[in-house]
Amino acid sequence: MTEVVLHAEDVHKSFGKLEVLKGVSLEVTKGETVCIIGPSGSGKTTFIRCINHLEKIDSGRIEVNGHLIGYRQKGDKLVEDSERNIARQRTEIGMVFQRFNLFPHKTALENVIEAPVHVLGTKKAQAVGLGTALLGRVGLSDKVDVYPGKLSGGQQQRVAIARALAMGPALMLFDEPTSALDPEVTGEVLEVMEELAAAGTTMIVVTHEMGFARKAANRVVMMDEGLIIEEGTPEHFFEAPRQARTRQFLSKIL
Amino acid sequence: MHGLVAVDLHVIWQQVFHPHAILWHVLWATVYISVAAQTLGVLLGLLAALARMSRFAPLRWASGIYVWIFRGTPLLVQIFYVYYTFGWPNVTLGGWAISDAAIAGIVALSINEGAYMREIIRAGIDSIDRGQMEAAKSVGMTYGKAMRRIILPQAARVIVPPLGNEFNNMMKNTSLLFTIGVFELFAYSDQNYSQFFISDYFLAIAIWYLFLTTIWTFIQAWIERRLAVSDRGEQLSVRERLESSWNPMSAWGRGAPHR
Repeated sequence: MTEVVLHAEDVHKSFGKLEVLKGVSLEVTKGETVCIIGPSGSGKTTFIRCINHLEKIDSGRIEVNGHLIGYRQKGDKLVEDSERNIARQRTEIGMVFQRFNLFPHKTALENVIEAPVHVLGTKKAQAVGLGTALLGRVGLSDKVDVYPGKLSGGQQQRVAIARALAMGPALMLFDEPTSALDPEVTGEVLEVMEELAAAGTTMIVVTHEMGFARKAANRVVMMDEGLIIEEGTPEHFFEAPRQARTRQFLSKIL
Repeated sequence: MHGLVAVDLHVIWQQVFHPHAILWHVLWATVYISVAAQTLGVLLGLLAALARMSRFAPLRWASGIYVWIFRGTPLLVQIFYVYYTFGWPNVTLGGWAISDAAIAGIVALSINEGAYMREIIRAGIDSIDRGQMEAAKSVGMTYGKAMRRIILPQAARVIVPPLGNEFNNMMKNTSLLFTIGVFELFAYSDQNYSQFFISDYFLAIAIWYLFLTTIWTFIQAWIERRLAVSDRGEQLSVRERLESSWNPMSAWGRGAPHR
């Protein structure tokens, strides 16, 4: 019995006249790691930003754990949901950004416990225990009281992963988590992500790191010009991609 | 006295070092009016800044009209209009009486100040990376909570230096309230002058204003230092902060660039 965590159906999104998503459908089941690859401008970042409603979709539907995201059904129409409901839905979805977006006025630990305490209402002492454990899990036990400004990019991104995990999300989204990092520190972030994938975290990762996709992904999805043009196992992708466009993209990036 | 500038040291000495008990009364009036008007001005400025960023167009327009009117007309005109148009009550809090003119003055000064604070607060909020709001939302915060807990605390570092300059101006602008009969520092010096025709009473009161603004400079430096501590992990001493702001253009001039 597979449990569907993400169900996206015919998602359309335009910025002005530019149609960025032209009908994207994707299903992700519990424990799966899905990597989304594709050239820049293919809509992959926009797509995962739609999953937690940081971008509003124009049509189609996205459900996480069976809950419609960002909208509620009104007759046969979808209307945008209240801010409070959208915020509540986002607590189930962790997001890791390309540029970390840590809160610079808070220490590593404060970054991690901020939302558990002030959104979920977890007791401070309990949140500190959880936060300390999560920072340990990403290998930053010695940086608990350090401000982001004093951390390297790789360390900041690991704090950001811990911050997202602290909410106990059903789904983790990674938006090119290593693109803003120096090459020598991407490894430490990818290692943490591989560990998460191996531990059965449900994750969707937009990435250019083909090594990670090959190693950690259960499924790879290729997007091009606002559509998913091919999906399959990493073996399929890296050994015998069907689409000429995929072959062309992979030959450039590998 | 004519044609010759002579300072009556006795008046200065007496007014500064052995002031009549009334001086404490008028000094306090200047302080509480400034603090009250600035506090309300900051709140109004914050509301206007949030309205300016609203998705609801009429709120944005209202905010724009507010700033347009109150920055585009003289403060003194606003004070007179507010005082003479509305009926203001005399308020007594405990044993402390606040005249109707002082109430009207606080209202007029704060509305005027709000128009200036809106721009300062908006610039502060704008200076925060958009990713901060997205990150706050991604962990389940509503817009309001993200503003309160994530955006505004960071924007405060940008807002406080010009806010300090605004407060400095505010303490001096309270002297305008003498024109509607508020008994504050300047009114007191004018009363003395009218009685003795010695202009040194004005000089003495200038020293008292200077005393207030100087104390404020130290308080401001201390606040800025506190705010700078966490973020960059570096600390500037109060002295370094003072040196960076102790510049006639930035410390005393409205609208002059800070640093």
